[in-house]
Amino acid sequence: MTVLKLEIATAERLVYAEDVSIVVAPGADGELAILPEHTSLLTTLKPGELRVVKDGKESLIAVSGGFMEVLSNRVTILADTAERSEEIDEERASIALKRAQEQMTQASSQMELEKAMAAMRRSQARVAVARRKRRTNSAAN
Amino acid sequence: MSSVREIRRRIRSVQNTAKITKAMSMIAASKMRRSQEAALMGRPYADRMRDLLSDLAAQRQDEEWLHPLLKRREAKKISLIIITPDRGLTGGLHSKINRVAGQFLLTQNAETSVISVGRKGRDFMVSTGQGVQAVFADLGDRPTVADITPITKLVIDSYTSEQIDAVQLAYAQFVSTTVQHAVIEPLLPVIPGNLDVKDSVGYIYEPSSMEVLSALLPRFVEMQVYHAVLESIASEQSARMVAMRNATDNANEMVEELTLIMNKARQENITKELLDIVGGAAAVES
Repeated sequence: MTVLKLEIATAERLVYAEDVSIVVAPGADGELAILPEHTSLLTTLKPGELRVVKDGKESLIAVSGGFMEVLSNRVTILADTAERSEEIDEERASIALKRAQEQMTQASSQMELEKAMAAMRRSQARVAVARRKRRTNSAAN
Repeated sequence: MSSVREIRRRIRSVQNTAKITKAMSMIAASKMRRSQEAALMGRPYADRMRDLLSDLAAQRQDEEWLHPLLKRREAKKISLIIITPDRGLTGGLHSKINRVAGQFLLTQNAETSVISVGRKGRDFMVSTGQGVQAVFADLGDRPTVADITPITKLVIDSYTSEQIDAVQLAYAQFVSTTVQHAVIEPLLPVIPGNLDVKDSVGYIYEPSSMEVLSALLPRFVEMQVYHAVLESIASEQSARMVAMRNATDNANEMVEELTLIMNKARQENITKELLDIVGGAAAVES
């Protein structure tokens, strides 16, 4: 069976490099799933959760925007930031989300508002990933 | 010959210097390891992005498709971003970068302006009478991409508003702990890598090719500057570690030499005193 060679890189490090069977990514025009033999594609990514299925097991990665290229069974994701669900501290992520929401209500200029909104979307993705991870863990037990 | 006490004082002062340079080289060594790691970890991202850009450029080259940041103009005004350390004691590192940058500026037929990242570059440009358009300093040892954004925003804005026609980037490329090269690379307009058309494939773009490019190109420029800054920090720490280690070695050597001179002087003193005593005794006896 053909597999997808997935690589997720951020400016700071290479986050993920494995052979996987499905990638579900938050594309600019909505969520899209990539299976092997997908046609060549280049898209921008929105902040959100990235789901990866490898050997029947799903793992989650929070990304905050970036690009995804699909080319002959290679999937390359260049993310602004990317964190695996294991690396996210849910408590800290929730605090960051709350702070971003506060900043949004207090924003005095258009630029500040946009900045706060971007921060909010980023932390929303992180919190969502952390929550889902916890739920799957408790379901497994 | 100076007195024994003077030499002893000198030895002590050199020993103190050696202690300081040794500490500095050890600090630089630990920072160097981290910054080298950071520079190496960032390479996959930078490489993939370059690949992506060449893939893109390989398939579409229609004139109307050209994004503002890809469009080449006659270079009447050139801007040079010079990335140097903030602090000295790095051996010949910053003079190396400054020399290359200075030579570059002198050989240009166009009007030039300088943006300095790091204080040493600014000091040099100011001292030679070259105006400095902007200075970014205190990026620290571990800058994030967000720290770089103001620099790229400045050059991208001036490029798209046609205040400048080309941007070059001068920095110290990290090769190894002992080797760093001062290089100058073009930053704007963006020149995509090898245009290998045979690999070209029809992409599906989401939302559209122009929108993808508009997001990708500024990001690419940002990455290049970020990467240059990381390389330059790794170079700085490596150069400082080597320079300080050499300084420590030299100081230790000097202490040895001085100790030898001091011992000789001390012996001479003793001999002189003995002769005095013997001479005095002989005079009394006779």
